[in-house]
Amino acid sequence: MTEAVLQLSGVHTHIGQYHILHGIDFVVPEGEITVLLGRNGAGKTTTLRTIMGLWRASRGEIIFAGQNLVARETDQIARAGIAYVPENMGIFGGLTVRENMVLAARAGLFDHRRLDWLLDLFPPLRTFWDLPAVYLSGGQKQMLSVARALIEEHKLYLVDEPTKGIAPAIVDNMIAAFEELKRARITVLLVEQNFEFASALGDNAVVMDNGRVVDSSPMSALAADATRQEALLGLAFEADRG
Amino acid sequence: MRTDGNNLPPTGGRWDWTPVLLLPIAGAAGLLLTPSLSTWITLTSAGLAMGMLIFLVASGLTVVFGLMDVLNFGHGAFITVGAYAAFTAMAMTPGLVNSPALSDNLIALLVALAAAAASGAIVGLLFERLFVRKVYGDHLKQILVTMGGMIIIEQVVLMIWGPQERLVALPPALRGVVPLGEATIEKYRLLVIVVGLALFAGMALVLSRTRIGLLIRAGVEDHEMVRALGYRIRRLFVCVFVAGAALAGIGGVMWVLYRGTLSAGIGDELITLVFIVIVLGGLGSIVGCFVGALLVAVISNYTAFLVPSMALVSTLVVMVGVLLWRPSGLYPLK
Amino acid sequence: MFGRLLSRDYPGNGLLTALAGALVVAMVAAPFLGWGPSVLNLLVKVAIYSILVASFDLMLGYTGIISFAHTMFFGLGAYGVAIGSRLLGPGWTSMALGLVSALVLSVALAVLIGLFSMRVRTIFFAMITLAVATVFSVLVTQFHGITGGQDGILFRVPRELTAAFRPFTLFGTQVNGVVLSYFLILFASAILFCAMLRIVNSPFGRVLQAIRENEFRAEALGFSVLSHRLAIGALAAIFACLAGGLNAIWLRFISPDVTLSLQIMLDILLIVVIGGMGTLYGALIGAGLFVIAENYLMQVIQYTADAFGNVPLVSILVQPQRWMFWLGILFVLSVYYFPEGVVGRLRDWTKSRAKLGLDGETLEASTTITSADV
Repeated sequence: MTEAVLQLSGVHTHIGQYHILHGIDFVVPEGEITVLLGRNGAGKTTTLRTIMGLWRASRGEIIFAGQNLVARETDQIARAGIAYVPENMGIFGGLTVRENMVLAARAGLFDHRRLDWLLDLFPPLRTFWDLPAVYLSGGQKQMLSVARALIEEHKLYLVDEPTKGIAPAIVDNMIAAFEELKRARITVLLVEQNFEFASALGDNAVVMDNGRVVDSSPMSALAADATRQEALLGLAFEADRG
Repeated sequence: MRTDGNNLPPTGGRWDWTPVLLLPIAGAAGLLLTPSLSTWITLTSAGLAMGMLIFLVASGLTVVFGLMDVLNFGHGAFITVGAYAAFTAMAMTPGLVNSPALSDNLIALLVALAAAAASGAIVGLLFERLFVRKVYGDHLKQILVTMGGMIIIEQVVLMIWGPQERLVALPPALRGVVPLGEATIEKYRLLVIVVGLALFAGMALVLSRTRIGLLIRAGVEDHEMVRALGYRIRRLFVCVFVAGAALAGIGGVMWVLYRGTLSAGIGDELITLVFIVIVLGGLGSIVGCFVGALLVAVISNYTAFLVPSMALVSTLVVMVGVLLWRPSGLYPLK
Repeated sequence: MFGRLLSRDYPGNGLLTALAGALVVAMVAAPFLGWGPSVLNLLVKVAIYSILVASFDLMLGYTGIISFAHTMFFGLGAYGVAIGSRLLGPGWTSMALGLVSALVLSVALAVLIGLFSMRVRTIFFAMITLAVATVFSVLVTQFHGITGGQDGILFRVPRELTAAFRPFTLFGTQVNGVVLSYFLILFASAILFCAMLRIVNSPFGRVLQAIRENEFRAEALGFSVLSHRLAIGALAAIFACLAGGLNAIWLRFISPDVTLSLQIMLDILLIVVIGGMGTLYGALIGAGLFVIAENYLMQVIQYTADAFGNVPLVSILVQPQRWMFWLGILFVLSVYYFPEGVVGRLRDWTKSRAKLGLDGETLEASTTITSADV
């Protein structure tokens, strides 16, 4: 039985007067990639942001490394060992690629080998190393965002739609990166709309709708069952998708 | 093996020079409109000096806004406090202040600047704790509370120093002019320009070469992400706020020496120009603030010479003009 | 009938109604009770400041905008009346022409400033209005040919409004032009106040409050945030301008200090915050408290200063000039702990009592917006 790195119990989130999350319960097991699936507006991004402390949970518990994250500040949560790749990428456009990466490196120094590995995985980053990040294309920014999270090892990675807006050809770079993560038994909580990407990499699937968890099962089970997919996600997996 | 990534080959980047060109354009326009070169030199040097002063005061305000979305409508209080603290410091070193030797005068000035910066910083620390900390995220309340804070501080200044206006004379070695061919430039204005440039260079270095500068630049763009990377941005913010207050204090001293008189309303005088400049330069941008301040001050000086009553209006016109050209200011952040 | 007049926006609390009522009664009865010109002066100031602050509250409390140009419109109205009277000679038409020109200019400026900066954020708008107001007051001092510069303008009002005019006696008191102008201002203020109550209690007013709560949502629901803000900006400017004109008529003198100074802007902020934002009655009660305090507290402070003059710290802190210091502290404390102001607090108290069923009063209609309204 793999240990849970992250556990959410009865988490509610209110944004202003809007009740977005209604009692979220799920578990992120160690060393596996858990995918949060669901339609637009199901509350997936809100869940990640709540875990990260960017939005305060109004009720419930988020247990990580023995602590309840709910009362914590975002920077404390990050230092506790969680890396966050947001939906909008969170790239600092005025800073160069190098400077973006330096911010994420421990004490401002890179692990030489790890950096090389990442630059081989995402070649454009090497090409534009000293260029302000604002000049990168959408896909390249996405790569930078992921690379920045990966430059150091973290206990948990929260990744929000890494393939959004990327050309299909570049999705392969992403898949390669995540496959490496799988090999290294890194724990990831991934939000993805692209079911091909999700099913190729994910070990567990948690499906959300209207701020609630409606299904939680191994990815293999969901991938094999087209009817269930359609019911839960409003679409069926197509072999040549993406 | 750990490196800082600087060993990779540089790829370079492009920088937007267009707004900076406005300065020589304005200068050229002034040259055409003024009767003689020496007048132009006097006006331009006065404008540059004034611009530096405004920049010093405005820089803290704009970075604080860019970083934490907090606009301190009470920023004028730091100017006032710095000016008065420096005045007292100078009153305590009459030997150095009144000495004919340049070195003595410079030391006295340095002491005064230090006093201004220190008092600005202390008041800034208190101000952040009492008046700013509780109103993050609520712009309306920020405006109200910081104005209230400014009123209170100015009243305290009045309590300590009294309401009378004081004359502040420049130390002897700083008076007078430096000849430049046929034209003359006031020595003090030259000093202000030098001090301003030095501080600007210092700021630029801190921002581009240091880790804290990197954090500030990143935080100004997206402070949420900086927090998500594990940095305690609150501490950073307090540092920047205090630094901004110290700079405003320095601006206050130099402004008082420029004017020659000191009164409790000194903060309010500069603040309108400061607001115009930070809006025009792009809220949050130091470079924009620098270019904007010089531009506004130089144009205002030319206008003051040509059509005296329109000097302040001209600054408003420049702001409107710039905003019509670039709605988010000269160097917008986003 | 009262209900229609007040657009069903009642003070909302027993004490409040009593205070407001007492104030109104005092205002109406004052000339006949032999209280003397200084009291009349005070009450006129209360009336005019009520309108000035209430019009500011239209923007601040109801729409969530801060405009530092408000005193500019106040000044425009005053200068309009004064300059009109001076150029065209004292008389009703000259004042009217001056006031109308001032109104037109005010609306034009309000719309211009609004178009330029209201699309952007609160802070941007606040800074720009501050800059504009400062520039305006500098211009006024500079063009002293027209405006009388720093010294201002002394002008004459129509004969009917002067002390020399004595049409009749009422309740044993000689009614003269001053009394007539007093009632003119009171009456005009009352009409303007009721007009503002009408505006905020109309569908338009409710949309404004929705915008204040959440402008994105209001926009998404189909309301043009920009045009609503422009409209309220223009309306507020009109009311402020009219208040300025009334002020000029009473004082027969205007100058930058009396109409445009930063001090007046600060007074407005103080009154609206302490009185209660978003209530309009807050402006009335706040103005009343402020003006009375300003006048009589000075004496209290002086008395305290005399009594405790020997205690070192107290003697510094308790001086008539320190009025502003204490006001500043009261202001900051109000924003932190007392944001709903006097009126808001009293109204909340009434509502909570009604909810507990402690008296037979029905729940007053809330002025906040629920999703059902919008």
